[in-house]
Amino acid sequence: MARISMRVDGMKVTDDVEPRTLLVQYLREGLGKTGTVIGCDTSNCGACTVHLDGDSVKSCNVLAVQADGCEVTTIEGLADTVEGDLHPVQEAFRECHGLQCGFCTPGMIMQSVDLLKRNPQPSEDEIREGIEGNLCRCTGYHNIVRAVQYASGHLATAASPRGATEEVDAL
Amino acid sequence: MIPASFDYVAPTTVEEALAALAQYGDEAKIIAGGQSLLPVLRMRLNAPEWVIDLGRIDSLKGVRDEGDSILVGAMTRHCDVATDPLVAEHAALVARATATVADEQVRHRGTFGGALAHADPAGDLGAPALALDAEFVIAGPAGERVVPGSEFFQGLFETAVSEDELLVGVRIPKHTGWLAHYEKFVRVAHQWPICAVGATLKVSGGVIEGAAIGLTNMGATPLRAAGVEQALIGQQATEEVVRNAAALAADGAEPPSDLNGDADYRRHLVTVLTRRAITKALGG
Repeated sequence: MARISMRVDGMKVTDDVEPRTLLVQYLREGLGKTGTVIGCDTSNCGACTVHLDGDSVKSCNVLAVQADGCEVTTIEGLADTVEGDLHPVQEAFRECHGLQCGFCTPGMIMQSVDLLKRNPQPSEDEIREGIEGNLCRCTGYHNIVRAVQYASGHLATAASPRGATEEVDAL
Repeated sequence: MIPASFDYVAPTTVEEALAALAQYGDEAKIIAGGQSLLPVLRMRLNAPEWVIDLGRIDSLKGVRDEGDSILVGAMTRHCDVATDPLVAEHAALVARATATVADEQVRHRGTFGGALAHADPAGDLGAPALALDAEFVIAGPAGERVVPGSEFFQGLFETAVSEDELLVGVRIPKHTGWLAHYEKFVRVAHQWPICAVGATLKVSGGVIEGAAIGLTNMGATPLRAAGVEQALIGQQATEEVVRNAAALAADGAEPPSDLNGDADYRRHLVTVLTRRAITKALGG
């Protein structure tokens, strides 16, 4: 067993895990954070995408011990739980119906947040390239792309001088 | 799918890592970014007793200016190589190729040295490294040694790094101002290329003064297309010169046949991709 400590969705956690434990397994089985799902288990589909020290990663392709000392954000930590507000990208996926069965949605949202952080105003091509590591087996990509465009527009408005720096920080 | 049990050690210096390798020998696997190793462990195609993680060795991360060359630390992540100003200025082909590796999530974890030491013939970084005459810095019990690209890649998933050694960095001679493009043909987004071509050119007054062409997945190791390079050097950068040169791209190559395409298909494809890579590098 190996002792690991990390901050997950703002909460400090310490546990003993087997070195072979995958980060996604630790999140789901160790911490009960089942919002992060396992899709393909081969690091193809991106459904298990989380942020590790601010960068999107496929959590089925990272060992929990590799995340020792890191900051992890899952789909469950995106929204402002105190205010009950959805993250702007979550809001956009709801508004644009950026899902069909919904299984790929946590990963799609986490990757879209990462994309918009690096490129707040992506073109349609840049969005499609930015989420190329995430598969939607319902093939519902059009509305997913629209949701990212919607979020991009909303974040741009929110980032205008009058006040909404909070939402930018939320990215 | 979960890997078989293993013990884990995460050294913080190269010396500690070498000591761990010496201690655990062939029962150990090195993990860099883990983007190729972890799927292998999960599918239980390999089950090492020990996994030695290089992720905590900070001295292996980052890109350094060394005068006539740049040194890319083995543990520099793809996302950092792809956006590094030194790489962009002096090894544009590496920047272009690295930006196409897999997908963003994988580029956030995968490393330059890890991918090269893995030596997957369909990996995107071997051909650019070979084309730019990169040298591979390998640390072992007796100290460091430097191996040229032509000797580094020895076969399928096989390199000059022996079991008690580590790839610690890759030195790339500066190709400042060289034009570059990496043209890759994939069946599915974010997958390995069926075939890919890296082209980098030095052009002055419309004349091609330097040309280096690397081929991905055209054999067990990355290849240089020497015939194409010779057909370009000293010539005007015209469409006809490029087309005639590109037609030589498959000379001497023994590409694999697999579900994505047979060898003849690849021999044809590589000439098309070479023409496109050179044309796009030239700004066309």
